[in-house]
Amino acid sequence: MKSWFAQHLHSLKIAGQRFRDTPLATVFTMLVIGVAVALPAAFYVLLGNLERVSGGIKPQAEITVFLKNGVSETQGRALLASLSRNPDVNNARFVAKTEGVRRLEASGLAEIAAGLPENPLPHAFILTPQVQDAAALEKLGSLLRNMAETDRVLMDSDWIKRLGALMNLGHELVLMLAVILGLALAAITANTIRLQIYAQKDEIEVARLIGATDRFIRRPFLYFGGIQGLAGGLAGWLLVTLGGWLVQGSVNRVAVAYGAHFELTGLDLASSLLLLAVSALLGWLGAFFAVGQTLRDVETF
Amino acid sequence: MIELDSVTKRYPGGHEALIDFSLSIQQGEIVFLTGHSGAGKSTLLKLIAAIERPTSGHVVVNGQNVGRMRRAVLPYFRRNIGLIFQDHKLLYDRSVFDNVLLPLHIQGVTGNDAAKRVRAALDKVGLLKRDKARPITLSGGEQQRLCIARAIVTRPKLVLADEPTANLDDAYADDIMETFRAFNQIGVTLLISTHDQALVARYGGRRVDLAQGRQVT
Repeated sequence: MKSWFAQHLHSLKIAGQRFRDTPLATVFTMLVIGVAVALPAAFYVLLGNLERVSGGIKPQAEITVFLKNGVSETQGRALLASLSRNPDVNNARFVAKTEGVRRLEASGLAEIAAGLPENPLPHAFILTPQVQDAAALEKLGSLLRNMAETDRVLMDSDWIKRLGALMNLGHELVLMLAVILGLALAAITANTIRLQIYAQKDEIEVARLIGATDRFIRRPFLYFGGIQGLAGGLAGWLLVTLGGWLVQGSVNRVAVAYGAHFELTGLDLASSLLLLAVSALLGWLGAFFAVGQTLRDVETF
Repeated sequence: MIELDSVTKRYPGGHEALIDFSLSIQQGEIVFLTGHSGAGKSTLLKLIAAIERPTSGHVVVNGQNVGRMRRAVLPYFRRNIGLIFQDHKLLYDRSVFDNVLLPLHIQGVTGNDAAKRVRAALDKVGLLKRDKARPITLSGGEQQRLCIARAIVTRPKLVLADEPTANLDDAYADDIMETFRAFNQIGVTLLISTHDQALVARYGGRRVDLAQGRQVT
């Protein structure tokens, strides 16, 4: 156990030494990896903030239900009471015929209202749904449409559907970007490791001749890949955080212009840790494949 | 300790470096391999160290059939052998001390224990005062002695030396031969290849003469 630990510490030291031997290359590689990590991370943050903005608007969605002409006010109110118990409904308000006319008059159409021989308006409900996603809204809508007393249902859920679809698209794009740039990260690491193995060819040959196992030779490279990935991930995290900090002022001005207050959120702790862990893992994987392949190439006997 | 039984080594391209060669070496022996370059001396050493595999015949070292050894056990087998290379194979990016430390690290020996053994090995070859130097600043004889220190730091029972005195003047060569003799006296088996007949004549001991892949004496 002690010697196992000593061996790993030794490999770690060698990996660290290799970073110190080529400081400029190390910095550039980290920047490249950082950018690769920062792109999907920044999109993710952007999407998260957009969702927060749109989430603030969603509860304003309204459903208007016009009842059939023959339905009396008592029947309507009874129906409303039963609808209010539906868990999908947040708030329901009854708009009686008479109130409808009053609204018409209030909105400057008093003359037209007065000229009508009798009140042509039906009783109506205005519902605020509890649920926000398109599928649940659709379900609620069809429930309302299928009631015997219903004449027409007006739903302003189309824009919610569109927003939801756009958000889904955004999520998929982030995922795709993450996969592509994750591959890039692994490839960048694999390439640096490959170059390193060729540079260390003599050492590898000698080490093999005097009894080094493949694992002993491989280990420092794997550590190197993992550390490089982790450091690159950290650089990416810094880029995103710095970027968010830089645009916060502009975002505030936009929000104020719309009469709102909006605090930009960055990557939370869990996402940050995940970002770093995935970066390190991808670096390690890149190193793993490069080492396996390249060590066979430099095998001299 | 070493048994070669009708061993033939044919390299890709058809060159036969060893032909139907047999040899037996007991533990504690010191054996000189002589012959012109191209006679098969290096090939013989490589076969024993499992750097090359025989085309036919058996190579048995310490009771292990080297020709049939799996790749995974090769490193552990090589740890029992001290290898001294004609071209030294030193690592020029690190100090003399760290060159000798490498085989110990490979075997998982670290810390004070390792440092002590490195200093003992360097002391034996007279390089203790140069431990912080880079190998490139050493003379040819010192580089050869460094290579020897690296080979013996793990205290192997068998040392294979390929032309350890090549390109050295007689004084250095005698130094190195004295070092080998001292190892032999503590029970190390040595197999030394050389084309320097005069040197072998000076030291005596068992001698195996090779010419064109066959034993001539």
